[in-house]
Amino acid sequence: MEKYLKPSVFILSSIPFLIIVYKIFFNQLGPEPVKEITHFTGEWTLIFICLTLAMRPLKRFTNLIIWMKFRRMLGLFVFFYSTAHLITYVGIDYRFDWQQIFNDVFKKKYVFIGFSAWLLLIPLTVTSSQKMMKLLKHNWKKIHKLIYVIAIFGSLHYIWLSKTIFFKPLIYMTIIALLLLIRVKKNNFNFLKN
Amino acid sequence: MKKIKYSEITPEKIYNNRRSFIKSIGIGASSVAMTSLTFAGNALSEEKNKNTSYKDITTYNNYYEFGTSKSDPYINSQNFKTKPWSISIEGEIENPINISMEEISEMFVSEERIYRLRCVEGWSMVIPWMGFSLSKLLSKVTLTSKAKYVEFESVYDPDQMKGQRYPVLNWPYKEGLRIDEALHPLTTVVTGLYNKKLPNQNGAPLRIFVPWKYGFKSAKAIVKIKLVEKMPTSSWMWASPREYGFYSNVNPNVDHPRWSQATERVIGNDIFAPRVKTLMFNGYEEEVASLYTGMNLKRYF
Repeated sequence: MEKYLKPSVFILSSIPFLIIVYKIFFNQLGPEPVKEITHFTGEWTLIFICLTLAMRPLKRFTNLIIWMKFRRMLGLFVFFYSTAHLITYVGIDYRFDWQQIFNDVFKKKYVFIGFSAWLLLIPLTVTSSQKMMKLLKHNWKKIHKLIYVIAIFGSLHYIWLSKTIFFKPLIYMTIIALLLLIRVKKNNFNFLKN
Repeated sequence: MKKIKYSEITPEKIYNNRRSFIKSIGIGASSVAMTSLTFAGNALSEEKNKNTSYKDITTYNNYYEFGTSKSDPYINSQNFKTKPWSISIEGEIENPINISMEEISEMFVSEERIYRLRCVEGWSMVIPWMGFSLSKLLSKVTLTSKAKYVEFESVYDPDQMKGQRYPVLNWPYKEGLRIDEALHPLTTVVTGLYNKKLPNQNGAPLRIFVPWKYGFKSAKAIVKIKLVEKMPTSSWMWASPREYGFYSNVNPNVDHPRWSQATERVIGNDIFAPRVKTLMFNGYEEEVASLYTGMNLKRYF
């Protein structure tokens, strides 16, 4: 039974990608198709960030180790969807108009922080394998704490690009804040015990 | 049968241009300033001139009173009651009046007015409105010398408008224009769309449309027009004064602090269509630039 779990998570995680591919080919993207692809891939990046961050708390609350087995795959899906998001922005929306893109990256804080978050995902992706984990030993954990920074950047990216924080940017901010606060509390606990 | 040479047949492109020329003559009859619209329009690409579909205009809306998502207004506004409805014109005038929708449609003839709409978010439409110049409505009242600005107030009805139950904006929605902007012939009182009654999600029964300003400047479902001496504070100025100025003229050279305004996406185009360059005053430079002579548009954004 357990051996089917990981492939199932993989298939489930691919569904959003299949949906957007279907929508592109069958013209189901609505009045502003490019924005729809951009928002769709962006939102799923945020969802996978939340899912990745949720695995450790889930393990703690359910006392089931199984959650930790999905974490790497979910993290890689963060990279996958964020890369699709970036390609949409650079290739489809701005059609490799580098001048405009560089202008945006350096002058517009939401683009800057979004791009920074993507750059920070690269070391996490590169060091995600079992091999790298062994190679880097305790440094691996340090590097992978970057996901907290990435989550905050991702949330700010959404808030800053929206005309108003109501309601979706606020919802993602709250979820990410809660997922991070759970960890702070736990660490404080350890600190008190010591 | 007389044979028509191929060269005699009007190419579709020219035919369409002629059609739009004829249409704007119709508009122009009401004001001389507007005939020049055609020429400003012809300079634009074909894509940019094509009317946005009725479906897109009526299902892709920013109308936070009915929800913050683009699809919300269509879904949440269908049962909105627009009868009875009246508008009060008050403030710095000698004869405050309260005028019903019935009286308005009796008094003023609505004509087709095809204008571009540029949203501050970076997308645009071409909309065949039905309406008449606001100056005609304001000619029914006598302004005092203190009437320097116009404030528009939209309806406040959280029972019917669920977006108003949350502090998304400072309700009721308020917008404003300088008096010369308000009296400009392009400033329109909108009563319809595509030759039909104005749909609820587009601001029924009566809204303002100011073609050279970002879309949010055009208040929907208005109940009050107030002439005032001091520059009014609009809802968006309340929300973020650094980002939304009183003027909010479409200007590709003045960015929103958080995003660029240099280009826009035309609604209804497929994913292969490129962004198009945003035009100064949304392409109405010839008609309205004189309102801002000598003004620093970066400062007064």
